Amino acid sequence: MSPFWIMVTILALALVGYILGRRRAGSSAAGDIRKLHSRPTYYGWNTAIWTALPSLLLLLVWVLAQPLIVDRAVNGNIPDSAVSDSQTRGQIMSEVQGTAFELGRAVNEGIVSQSEARALSLDDAATTEKLAAAGIEITPSAPVLEAAKDYRAFNLNASRALTGAALVLALAGLAWSLSQIKPGYRARNIVESFVRGFLILCSLLAIATTVGIVLSLVFESIRFFQLYPWQDFFFGTEWTPSFGGGSKLGMLPLLWGTLYISLIALLFAVPIGLFAAIYMSEYATPRVRGFVKPVIEVLAGIPTIVYGLFALVTVGPLIRDWIAAPAGFGNSASSVMTAGLVMGIMLIPFVSSLSDDIINAVPQSLRDGSLGLGSTPSETVRNVILPAALPGIVGAILLAASRAIGETMIVVLGAGAMARISGNPFDAMTTITVKIVGQLTGDNDFASPETLVAFALGLTLFVMTLALNIVALVIVRKYREQYE
Amino acid sequence: MNDMRLAERTVDTQGKPIKFSCRDVQVYYGDKHAIKDVNVDLEDKTVTAFIGPSGCGKSTFLRCLNRMNDTIDIARIEGKMILDGEDIYDRRVDPVQLRARVGMVFEKPNPFPKSIYDNVAYGPRIHGLSRNKAELDGIVEKALRGAALWNEVKDRLNETGTGLSGGQQQRLCIARAVATSPEVLLMDEPCSALDPIATSQVEELIDQLREEFSVVIVTHSMQQAARVSQKTAFFHLGNLVEYGTTDDIFTNPQDPRTESYISGKIG
Repeated sequence: MSPFWIMVTILALALVGYILGRRRAGSSAAGDIRKLHSRPTYYGWNTAIWTALPSLLLLLVWVLAQPLIVDRAVNGNIPDSAVSDSQTRGQIMSEVQGTAFELGRAVNEGIVSQSEARALSLDDAATTEKLAAAGIEITPSAPVLEAAKDYRAFNLNASRALTGAALVLALAGLAWSLSQIKPGYRARNIVESFVRGFLILCSLLAIATTVGIVLSLVFESIRFFQLYPWQDFFFGTEWTPSFGGGSKLGMLPLLWGTLYISLIALLFAVPIGLFAAIYMSEYATPRVRGFVKPVIEVLAGIPTIVYGLFALVTVGPLIRDWIAAPAGFGNSASSVMTAGLVMGIMLIPFVSSLSDDIINAVPQSLRDGSLGLGSTPSETVRNVILPAALPGIVGAILLAASRAIGETMIVVLGAGAMARISGNPFDAMTTITVKIVGQLTGDNDFASPETLVAFALGLTLFVMTLALNIVALVIVRKYREQYE
Repeated sequence: MNDMRLAERTVDTQGKPIKFSCRDVQVYYGDKHAIKDVNVDLEDKTVTAFIGPSGCGKSTFLRCLNRMNDTIDIARIEGKMILDGEDIYDRRVDPVQLRARVGMVFEKPNPFPKSIYDNVAYGPRIHGLSRNKAELDGIVEKALRGAALWNEVKDRLNETGTGLSGGQQQRLCIARAVATSPEVLLMDEPCSALDPIATSQVEELIDQLREEFSVVIVTHSMQQAARVSQKTAFFHLGNLVEYGTTDDIFTNPQDPRTESYISGKIG
């Protein structure tokens, strides 16, 4: 049985366990469920958990561990003589796996029988021809074929053993937990602690993923810095990667482009978003607000590639023809200004929607107090509402900044891919994210600094947004002390 | 209604000038008729208490006196409310200026998230009541002294107003309202969120404020109305049932509803 069907069977058993557990709880209380410690449903859940949980865990561990163990065993069986100069052991192993997969396919499609596959050898012309006719290529090397047959045999045995072990464990759990059921059994507490454990597991998974991502970035970056001096990476002002060697991988032009574009985007998005939020929360009637807010939020639903197209086709030429070229700032359609403006449009709903929520959270009593002293609505906003909402607004702005720094598509299409440091906002420049994509697309050798630099760039980006978040937290905390 | 007019006549004989004169005031919240035909004359330099069971419209009526109901979209007000000869609902009257003349203190202390000094200086600043820092300092000190808070906070004027205790916060809000030098001070249950000691401090303060302003206070506590006010108005189901001197209302109510309320039978 494949792991999927084992899982389905275990879950079916769990369902049976649920029904049996509930019924048994009912009968153990002789029909009066008030004598039970927990409601019958909990006994059902308890049985289902004991049925499914241990065997599913076994399944998970087994499925993760089996390839490692089988690989090691098969690898040990391949004689050293089979390892030639042109092939590493790793390459041979992948050939073995490929052959084993092809054999499995042949058996599944009924071209050869299980025993024929097991007895297959390169001398057996009839069978190999049969296979070749069906479009299944068998490797010409005898040790590989032997190893592949080993590999299949190991896997077949392992999955038989897994099926048996998992089902026995499930049935044992079912029987044991059914035998435990009596009126005093605290099924509810067990179910509750299971629920708690499950929730803890979910949050740990999120943390573990983050840690994993950071670690992978760090390790690859360390490899990069072993190949390329860190001073040149952090302080180099030239970005000219070439896979032939002799690349200059200075990140300053990329950092400059990232910060410049983000700055323009924020200069554009923050005032407009904030003022829109103030209008919506302080001035608009409920009807207008009910219309305007969703419309602004539609902006947030537009995929960034569509914004990119807008930048490429509309905004870029417009800025070139009406501003940059007449004023003599250059005649590039891709420019920092284009990307910044379009990114700013993208960020408006972030800023406005978050700020709107935050401004609405300012207590009405403060508004009344200010209006009651004879201040106008705009004085109230300036002197009372904005100061009170400031920590939240700063948080919203920094969130928008993180978005801006991480944005890729708008930059590719709006600002181009030219890495350079220039003060002219109508020049084409590019950002860290664009270059990460650039270095990793295509066929890559993950041992060259030109590819590994992507991880160092990614780590830099990560540290930047992390620093932004920390600054945001510090600001929020400082003002919270003052304002609450 | 006859009783009320009787009461009014007796009040007029007391001789203090009329500050607010309200005629046939109606308030609607959407379809709900919240205030019905209210006629009342509020005297200058007097504490007037509005009492009545919950939902009787006393707070609503109070909020009409400085047009705070304008901020509620569904509220609609009819009738005349004349402050010193001028109808405050006249189109020429700017509610912003009106609220500078008719200050308000709310049920829950609502100091701004600013320093104590900035809280008190808020009104004077937006209305340009001072020419320089020294003058503003003077206004702030006078207002804080007026609210009996100066001695407690004079050494920490730069600390945030929200860090004070509940009673101090409410007195800060009173100081903030006083600093704008209003002519009328409206108080919407100013003590309902305070403990008994803070309440007695605020009540004492209200009594002092009477020397400079006319004060209108909404209260749930009949004892409080009896302690601080000279005039009392009893509202019931949106009607002004009875209005007269506090002594008369509590010792010799004319209307049976007033009598039931003050003796605890309704409300």
